[in-house]
Amino acid sequence: MAETATGSSTLPITVEFTGGLELLFGNERKHNVALPAQLKDGSQPNISYLLGYLVDNLMQDQRKDMFIMEDNVRPGVLVLINDADWELEGEEMYELQKGDNIVFVSTLHGG
Amino acid sequence: MAPTLCFNCKEARALIIRPKNRHKLCRACFLEVFETEVHETITTFKLFYPGERVAIGASGGKDSTVLAAVLKILNERYRYGLDLCLLSIDEGIRGYRDDSLETVKRNAKQYDMPLMIVGYGELYGWTMDQVVEQIGKKGNCTYCGVFRRQALDRGAARLEIKHVVTGHNADDVAETVMMNLLRGDLPRLSRGTSIVTASGASEIKRSKPLKYAYEKEIVLYAHHRQLDYFSTECIYSPEAFRGSARTLIKDLEKIRPSSILDIVKSGEDMAVLVPGETNPNGKTCRSKAAAEDEAEAGGCGSQNGRSSGGEMAAMETQLAENEAAGSRETEIRLPQQPKPGSSKTQKPIKRQVMGHCERCGYISSQRVCKACTLLDGLNRNRPKTAIEVSASMDDEEISSTLARQMEHTQLTNS
Repeated sequence: MAETATGSSTLPITVEFTGGLELLFGNERKHNVALPAQLKDGSQPNISYLLGYLVDNLMQDQRKDMFIMEDNVRPGVLVLINDADWELEGEEMYELQKGDNIVFVSTLHGG
Repeated sequence: MAPTLCFNCKEARALIIRPKNRHKLCRACFLEVFETEVHETITTFKLFYPGERVAIGASGGKDSTVLAAVLKILNERYRYGLDLCLLSIDEGIRGYRDDSLETVKRNAKQYDMPLMIVGYGELYGWTMDQVVEQIGKKGNCTYCGVFRRQALDRGAARLEIKHVVTGHNADDVAETVMMNLLRGDLPRLSRGTSIVTASGASEIKRSKPLKYAYEKEIVLYAHHRQLDYFSTECIYSPEAFRGSARTLIKDLEKIRPSSILDIVKSGEDMAVLVPGETNPNGKTCRSKAAAEDEAEAGGCGSQNGRSSGGEMAAMETQLAENEAAGSRETEIRLPQQPKPGSSKTQKPIKRQVMGHCERCGYISSQRVCKACTLLDGLNRNRPKTAIEVSASMDDEEISSTLARQMEHTQLTNS
C-alpha cells in the first residue's frame, strides 16, 4: 500500500467509524478523506487501498488488529458502502467514487 | 453497476444480505422481517402473557437498545399489552458505565419507558472500581457476574416485576455453546441454550427474545433505525477465553454465515441429551447453577461478558464446589438409571431446599448466598485500609486492630 498520487486530483469521500471503532480513530465518528484519484499503477483506489490508507494516516491507536486482520477487515466488522453491505458491491475490490460514504461498524464491542 | 433489487419487494435497492439465508433485502423489508422474526420467537415460545410487566435489562449497548426498540414496536403493533420498563445496573466503573448509563437515560425518554438504576455501591457497599482496587483485575468478572444477577433481581423486585428480558443474541449463545463445549461442560452447555431460564435461586424469570437474531443484523437494525446506543469495552475485562470463542465464530460466520444458528441448534440438540437439565419441551429445570450461567453470560460488555472465561470458570468452580458436587455425583449415577428423564431420577439430582440467605434475605440454597460470601471475602480484607487510617489511634487500639487483622489473615489462609 505504498502507492502515491500521480496527479494532484483527489477523490473526496467520507468515512465513518461506529460501534466502538471510533475509539481507534481519535474518538471521531466522521472523517472527510481525500484519496488520490489515481494510484501510481494507474488504477483507481478501492476499499483495499482505503484500508491501508486509514491505518497509515488516520488510526491513532496501536490496536490495528481490532480493525484489520490479514490485510482485510477483521471478521465482525461490517462495511457499508453508501449504506449497502459491501458484499453487494464487490467487497474490498469496490472502486471508490467521488462522494462515497463508507461506514465501518464493529459488532465486537459491548455495552 | 445496476443496483440489486430487494428479494422481498422487488422494488427498492437491496442494502442488506441476511446471514441466515443470504436473502438480499432493502432497508424497509429488512426492518420488518427482523421485527417479525422476533415476534415469531416471542409467540412460539409464549414468552409473555397479556398485561405482563416486563423489565428490559438495559446496558445502553446495541443489544439491549435494539431489544427495547423492537419490544416497544411489537407491543404496539401486536397489542401484547405489556407494561415495559428499563432496568439498568450501575456496576460503579468510572469511564465505562457512567457513560453508557447516560445512553440508557436518553433511551428511557426516546421509548417513553420508566427507568430504574440499581447500583453495586448502594446494594453491596462496593463498587466494581473498589472491588478491583482490592482484588486486582484477575477474577473480578466473577464478582461482577454474581453481583449483577442479584442486582437485576433486586431491581425487578423493587419494581414488583417477575420477568426480566435480556439482549442476548444468537452470537452470544453460539459463543457460550462453544465455550462450554471446549470446557467439556455439557450441563452448562444445555442451560446456556435455553430461551427461558427460571432459576431456583430466583423468583424472577429471565428470557432472551433476541436469541435467534444475528449480532450482525442487530447492529444493522440499530444502524438503519438510527438507534442511539453506546459501544465500549469494559475496562476490566480482558479478552481471553470468551474472546477466542468469539473470534472463532466470527471467522466461521465469514466463511459460512449460517454457522452461528447451526451452533445454536446443535447446542439445543445436545441440551436434550443432558438428563435432568432440560425437559423435552425445552424448558429448563430449576437449577441453581443456571443462575450462575446467567450471571456469567449476563451483563458485562454488552451483557455478553467478553471476559476471561477460564479464570471465571476456575473461580466459579471453586465457589460452586458444594452445589456442583451434588450434580456431578448424579452424572455418574445416571447411566445406571433406566429412564434418565423421568421425575424419579431427577429427584436426587437437585432437590435444593431454597431458603433465604441469613445475611441479606436473598433467596439461596445455601445458608449464606454467594454475593454475601464474596462480600465477606472483600470485607475481611478491608482492615488493610484500617491500619493505614489508624495513625491517630492510640497504641492499644492499633494492637487490637492488628490482632484482628492477624486473625483474619489466618482465617484467610486456612
